Amino acid sequence: MSFRIDQLPKKKYVVPGNAACAGCGMMIGLKILGMALGEEAVLSIPASCAAVVQGLTPKSGVAMPILNVPFASAAAVATGIAEAYRMLGVKGHAVVWAGDGGTADIGFGTVSGAAERNSNIIYVMYDNEAYMNTGIQRSSSTPRAAWTTTTPTGKHERKKDVALLMAMHGVPYVATASIAYPQDFYRKLKRASEIQGFKFIHLHAPCPPGWRYDPAKTVEIAKLAVETGAWILWEYDNGQLKLNPPSTVYVDRAKRKPLKEYLKLQGRFAHLTDNDVKMLEEEIEAKWQTVLALAKAFPQRL
Amino acid sequence: MLPLSRPAPASAGMTGTWRTYKPVVNLQKCIDCGLCWLYCPESVIDWEKGYKIQIDYTYCKGCGICADVCPVKAINMTPEEGI
Repeated sequence: MSFRIDQLPKKKYVVPGNAACAGCGMMIGLKILGMALGEEAVLSIPASCAAVVQGLTPKSGVAMPILNVPFASAAAVATGIAEAYRMLGVKGHAVVWAGDGGTADIGFGTVSGAAERNSNIIYVMYDNEAYMNTGIQRSSSTPRAAWTTTTPTGKHERKKDVALLMAMHGVPYVATASIAYPQDFYRKLKRASEIQGFKFIHLHAPCPPGWRYDPAKTVEIAKLAVETGAWILWEYDNGQLKLNPPSTVYVDRAKRKPLKEYLKLQGRFAHLTDNDVKMLEEEIEAKWQTVLALAKAFPQRL
Repeated sequence: MLPLSRPAPASAGMTGTWRTYKPVVNLQKCIDCGLCWLYCPESVIDWEKGYKIQIDYTYCKGCGICADVCPVKAINMTPEEGI
């Protein structure tokens, strides 16, 4: 599929004057979601930044139909929408747009349930790696060693890999994406919209106030996460797992940028020693080995 | 009456007042690539291929992502006056 910037829809799915922070990474993701699924998407949004950025009623800062739903229920609500659409013969996509807290922690029961039922929904988890709208509390998707207000000396536990967990549910489609690579995210959304059943996309979205960096660096940091290997782009499509460019290049550890370049831009990692960085690098390498082993275990059928 | 909100600008007010730095475009340098339009999280940049870009300062929050992603550094973040 071709992706030409000048042929993308010009409609503003994110409406100017909304309540998002300056430099919000999640809003870039919402824009791409609008461009890819646009008029056919109905969003279920649980409590999250995405619920806040819409601004004050009677106006809305997001130009897509949205149901703001209780925290843990988003996947179940979307299942209901998908079923209603099927019965009424309406063409459309039930989309969940939820944060990492609403997915990995509080909403995990309904997400897992929807995956097990193979509900016909597209679930996008935008991952800003903590509970940002309530004041930067750690979630199970916060990476190890990161500062948050509830982990003042750095988080001691590792990050929960939700995308791999969802792939192991054996659902038709699971992918990871990054807001720094809109082309890749756009293609994955389009691919997801073609498939019947449960689709899950894990979107990496930096957060300037929560990660403690200059808002101008949102895209740069998201790009560095991929270039240092800290974030791996892959997709699991009907039983086949493969890496996607540009992550395919970073299989070779020597080609990755030093992890420090990614960490040093963020205040939440400011307290790390060289030893801590080395330990994180080893953990990232272990993650790569897991993904590569899975790519071997779920090979491409030729 | 259903408690419905409808898409409209300024759902959080005139967000241009949040700005401390203002993105100023040098259209001579601009190569019309559209990357700032694509990455602008606020959708305040209008772009039509062949006509370059225009920034809506009423709502631009001044995050500076456009200046950061510009491949030819045609956008300059200049301090707002009166701050």
